[in-house]
Amino acid sequence: MSNVKRGYIRPLDLKNGQVDMTHGSGGRAMAQLIEELFLAAFDNEFLRQMNDQASFHIPAGRMVMATDSHVVSPLFFPGGDIGCLSVHGTINDVAMAGAVPLYLSASFILEEGFPLADLARIVESMAAASRIAGVPIVTGDTKVVERNKGDGVFITTTGIGVVPHGVNISGDRARPGDAIIVSGTVGDHGVAILSVRENLSFGTSIQSDTAALHGLVAAMIAAVPGIHVLRDPTRGGLATTLNEIARQSGVGMTLREIDLPIRTEVRAACEFLGLDPLYSANEGKLVAFCRQEDADVLLAAMHGHPLGQDAAVIGEVVEDDHHFVQMDTAFGGRRIVDWLTGEQLPRIC
Amino acid sequence: MKYIDEFRDGALARKLAADIRREAHPDRNYGLMEFCGGHTHAIFRYGVQGLLPDNINMIHGPGCPVCVLPIGRVDSAIELAHSPNVILCTYGDMLRVPGSNRVSLLKAKAGGADVRMIYSSADALKIAQENPDQQVVFFAIGFETTTPPTAVAILQAATMGLANFSVFSNHVLTPAAISAIMGSGEARVDGVVGPAHVSTVIGSRPYELFAEQYHMPVVIAGFEPLDVMQAILMLVRQLNEGRAEVENEFTRAVTRDGNLKAQSLVAEVFELRKTFEWRGLGWVPDSGLQIREKYAVYDAEKRFELPYQSVADHPACECSAIIRGVKKPLDCKVFGTVCTPDNPIGSCMVSSEGACAAYYTYGRYKAHE
Repeated sequence: MSNVKRGYIRPLDLKNGQVDMTHGSGGRAMAQLIEELFLAAFDNEFLRQMNDQASFHIPAGRMVMATDSHVVSPLFFPGGDIGCLSVHGTINDVAMAGAVPLYLSASFILEEGFPLADLARIVESMAAASRIAGVPIVTGDTKVVERNKGDGVFITTTGIGVVPHGVNISGDRARPGDAIIVSGTVGDHGVAILSVRENLSFGTSIQSDTAALHGLVAAMIAAVPGIHVLRDPTRGGLATTLNEIARQSGVGMTLREIDLPIRTEVRAACEFLGLDPLYSANEGKLVAFCRQEDADVLLAAMHGHPLGQDAAVIGEVVEDDHHFVQMDTAFGGRRIVDWLTGEQLPRIC
Repeated sequence: MKYIDEFRDGALARKLAADIRREAHPDRNYGLMEFCGGHTHAIFRYGVQGLLPDNINMIHGPGCPVCVLPIGRVDSAIELAHSPNVILCTYGDMLRVPGSNRVSLLKAKAGGADVRMIYSSADALKIAQENPDQQVVFFAIGFETTTPPTAVAILQAATMGLANFSVFSNHVLTPAAISAIMGSGEARVDGVVGPAHVSTVIGSRPYELFAEQYHMPVVIAGFEPLDVMQAILMLVRQLNEGRAEVENEFTRAVTRDGNLKAQSLVAEVFELRKTFEWRGLGWVPDSGLQIREKYAVYDAEKRFELPYQSVADHPACECSAIIRGVKKPLDCKVFGTVCTPDNPIGSCMVSSEGACAAYYTYGRYKAHE
């Protein structure tokens, strides 16, 4: 053991400190930020090696890889924050191929002046989400941009996973006759975020549904290995996701409004603002397509998982050259459920 | 949702549909104009048209605030937004309406102009307070529903002495628009489903004049689908009985006199313009509001000396005829081809309250049936 005494470095001031340009310069300050904050929180054997990359063996099979950038505003919202969201989002993208997520990377773009206390809170939240999900963050990167050139913090995560043998899940596999199942109430995340936007704050008990769905997916695949399509309806909401799948698979869909699980609080908030819950984002829900004869078994498996208790069959796939998603309204009429145009906007009059 | 679900009840809708079917004479046509985009939206979103007999023809009226704003006014707003040191605030839908050369405020924003989407006039005031070194202009649009909040913003600015706040007023009046449509005689309208939210402010009295003048039944109706269907039934009954009265289906929110407090706020701040240009209707006398001399320092048109330049619509766009109730969206050659909600040519394709956007978003499967 060396007798050389290590020079004193004042620990990071996680209470009142701020991110400054030196934290991204590649020097000691950056090393300190990584060691005292990121390594301490994400601690695992890969990070401890202190290399610029993670090295690991992988099980045999088909691999999937997904990446997702997170730029949410505000950074902290009811039911979550950008940290856990960035872990859940990428795990879910990997899981929607039916894959078992294995490892994550995380890349941070920090804005000069960002409070270290907020950063610590975000990193702790990521660490907890990664620990609970059992998917370690094995490599990462940090950059700092000048004040006013970022929005506090942007986080990009990338994930890899392996698809179990015999599973073939893809957005182009919806077939006429397939049942369409959603795993729970739709629109929660979007409304939770809106409720704390600076210029639109309103009182509500709605929480973001942010959650990692790979456990639910594993239970679903165990019950019905032949699931055709899985997707998490994030930005653009359920409506936009269904339109994407309709186009990819070259099919149409009919939904029954009466069967859509939507929380009363979410419906009320959307009603008040002139928005539609079908276009409001979700961060802990999935939509599944399977053969009609498998639907009951799949639904039962979903109901048996904590994240699928409100799962419901909401419609079916039909032949349609126009790839329209249509809905029988609770009112007794029929309408198109179209792609989201631009951003959802409250009505004026 | 209490007080909402009751007005979307499918069983009641079927009963109303049966009543309408029974009472509408099969040998006559009923051309009914729903004035408001809110009604148009409800009709499409809930599939009301599909529940009506074929001889009830819904004609979509001009009551969509962004649809009726002429290109010249959009151009003025874009010019304002590009002025140095100006923050332009407006409601969301307005950002996407194309002006000349298909440039919208959204594109102006991408090009560096400081354009902010706001949810209420109070947001614009707040932005003015937070940016004392910049000129904050509220691009105010809308019918009588949105005018009182603009009046309040101006009065509050006056109280606070906010020197960097002004309003580009484009507020317009509903009764003038209805009279212009009736007066032209172009559209075959037998009865009018009258505005919901507008009438909460102005009351039902202002419609009495033209109901009598044009022998035109009017039923003021809420924006829920059962409201619209009930109003249709009431109009069918009036027409069958040869009556032309103003009836109020929306009694839970509308009185004959309306909201007197809101009216007095508007009267304090605004006065009639001699004439105002509308998309579709052209120049309509006494149809728009301008800021009174007393509050002239808050009038962006005066502060920035904005000249007005009238601009013709895109030649292929049928918005004008659609706003007048003369044509339907499917009669337009560019509907759904060159003109879509993502790439609108005309204003009717922009707002969810516009007839083209409603057809496209909710109803275009019918075109393929």
